[in-house]
Amino acid sequence: MYRSNVLVCGGTGCTSSNSEQIMAKLKEEIKAKGLEKEVNVIRTGCFGLCALGPIMVVYPEGSFYSMVKVEDIPEIVEEHLLKGRIVTRLLYQETVDNDTIKSLNHTPFYEKQMRIALRNCGVINPEVIDEYIARDGYAALGKVLTEMTPQQVIDEVLASGLRGRGGAGFPTGRKWGMAAANKADQKYVCCNADEGDPGAFMDRSVLEGDPHTVLEAMAIAGYAIGASQGYIYVRAEYPIAVKRLQIALDQAHEYGLLGKNIFDTGFDFDISLRLGAGAFVCGEETALMTSIEGKRGEPHARPPYPAVKGLFGKPTILNNVETYANITQIILNGADWFKSIGTEKSKGTKVFALGGKIKHTGLVEVPMGTTLREIVEEIGGGVPNGRKFKAAQTGGPSGGCIPASKMDVPIDYDNLIAIGSMMGSGGLIVMDDTTCMVDIAKFFLEFTVDESCGKCTPCRVGTKRLLEILDKITKGNGTMEDIDKLEELCYYIKDNALCGLGQTAPNPVLSTLRYFRDEYEAHVKEHRCPAGVCKSLLRYEIQADKCKGCTACARVCPVGAISGTVKQPHVIDTSKCIKCGACMEKCKFNAIVKL
Amino acid sequence: MQKRISNIPFHGTKEQEEKLHQVIAKHKDDPGAIMPVLQDAQEIYGYLPIEVQTIIANEMGVPLEKIFGVATFYSQFSLTPKGKNNISVCLGTACYVKGAGALLDKLTSILGIQPDECTPDGKFSLTACRCIGACGLAPVLTINDEVYGRLTPDDIDGILAKYQD
Repeated sequence: MYRSNVLVCGGTGCTSSNSEQIMAKLKEEIKAKGLEKEVNVIRTGCFGLCALGPIMVVYPEGSFYSMVKVEDIPEIVEEHLLKGRIVTRLLYQETVDNDTIKSLNHTPFYEKQMRIALRNCGVINPEVIDEYIARDGYAALGKVLTEMTPQQVIDEVLASGLRGRGGAGFPTGRKWGMAAANKADQKYVCCNADEGDPGAFMDRSVLEGDPHTVLEAMAIAGYAIGASQGYIYVRAEYPIAVKRLQIALDQAHEYGLLGKNIFDTGFDFDISLRLGAGAFVCGEETALMTSIEGKRGEPHARPPYPAVKGLFGKPTILNNVETYANITQIILNGADWFKSIGTEKSKGTKVFALGGKIKHTGLVEVPMGTTLREIVEEIGGGVPNGRKFKAAQTGGPSGGCIPASKMDVPIDYDNLIAIGSMMGSGGLIVMDDTTCMVDIAKFFLEFTVDESCGKCTPCRVGTKRLLEILDKITKGNGTMEDIDKLEELCYYIKDNALCGLGQTAPNPVLSTLRYFRDEYEAHVKEHRCPAGVCKSLLRYEIQADKCKGCTACARVCPVGAISGTVKQPHVIDTSKCIKCGACMEKCKFNAIVKL
Repeated sequence: MQKRISNIPFHGTKEQEEKLHQVIAKHKDDPGAIMPVLQDAQEIYGYLPIEVQTIIANEMGVPLEKIFGVATFYSQFSLTPKGKNNISVCLGTACYVKGAGALLDKLTSILGIQPDECTPDGKFSLTACRCIGACGLAPVLTINDEVYGRLTPDDIDGILAKYQD
């Protein structure tokens, strides 16, 4: 037994900000003080509060050290771990209340959260199977194999109301039921870990922080539908997740929890890893399976649905990582418990990846039905630098922008679609008043044009045309007719594209047109970008009454566009100006304005 | 996405080819083996020149156009060699909103190359990549395996200086 346990976050966010070196230093200092028998250092998965990384928590006190630096380690070891005096100065200040130190769970970031899918992330060492087992790991698999029939498993999942967390929200139990009903000599269980939405990283955190929960749920799915082989299709860009999955697979084999005759019940199930190679379309289920088969990851028309004819032509189910992360809890706690959380048609919780212009960037898990305002303002800490919230983008390139007027809508699958966005995998990017909505629509279209696989014309050609019109508008050359054409083309693509990628690609344009049409019109009619982002439409001007004639701007201008005599107001020659903004940054008197 | 194809001559070594043969032998009978083989081949050579694709096609008994089709479909596969130091700028949404575009502009102007190109001295190559998931540190770039976060364009000179020798 150790008297102290030090948990260091080993997720991608904290690893990127040096948590490995912090762990090494920590071990070195602990050894130097002769504490290695008393203090245990554990590398965990993601705590969720990535903005404050690297993160380190010391138990039993629960002291939450944030933005830890290697230089801080000797002090923490000497003061806290040796002498028992918490280094208050280095704690996350939200946990410090005058002289008392609050538990992490009582900070605004964690208080409103409810962690089901992320229950083990930041709690256990993901590379040690015993820690997972100690948290009831593999108990659900044991329960289904020894006490339940495959049909009972499917009924339980169906009754829970769990819907696919990858974005479309198809009822998981129904998917399993369809695959179970098809007779075949071989069936497959696949896991979609090809998390491609820019700004979404919840699947990666589950894989990095709690890989066994996915393996266990896949085995349960295998039992339910009658499959003996599983595939996890994971992004090659997630090296830490791949490594931990491999370790988890090896350990599960060693313990007999995967492989032949699991729990001595005669049930065989095995899982192979397949690495994706960076194609967004492979998040689409038919494309993903084509890719596992070793081909160009192009989608094909449905039906036949994968439950009938999927991977290698056999009945297959494909679920997302977060969906699987809920399964064991449904089995152990029952469908009624799960059903009691969430809204009428969306049960349970959803993990969101908060990013963009928000104070607490990170991962949050909240019950379905939580409002955007609660997520952004209470949990996320609001928009930094005193700026104003303008919109939140959900659903990545398939989703849309939610304006401030819709902040109090309870978030669930159906409400998001009703307001023109979608759940998607759960990326939630906050934008403030310095973000141009036409530019954002253009950004997403650039993404879709790049990632369109080219198989169907509406998507291959249509998205390209959308992008061209958007480009024209942001350069100030658009007409009102272009806006109408844009809208018409959006609906055409939505109706005619082959797969989910194409059908949802126009959403960023449609939702920004719906809520921010005035910005499009400002670009067209007034040749003005209200947010001051679109470079071609910008003009810099020196306000004569504020200019002191210090010449700083004239000296920094790379093209010599600024002239004037010392102590006299300067002027910008707009024909020479390249709109780099260097003068504005340099001016100490705020005399230069963007128009 | 259009792939750039390198016109720099191929310099594969005997050892590399030996490793490639081992990789092909290991995966040959797996269902859907082309992707893992290409991934390992890129690990060995750093990129997938047509010469390497030809070896794979011949040994696996798959037409070259099929290999080429797969190699050009996925963004992970590169048909151009990487520089000694590969700079990857994340253009995911979170980084883009926080100004990653300005980082990329600064790099292209300093290095004189566009994304997916390599400097003539082979020192630096530049890529604009998709979200690497370090959104908490946005905007982010990586050089080889080193991650630099919370950047502004002013940080670029200092970072590049570390890789000059």
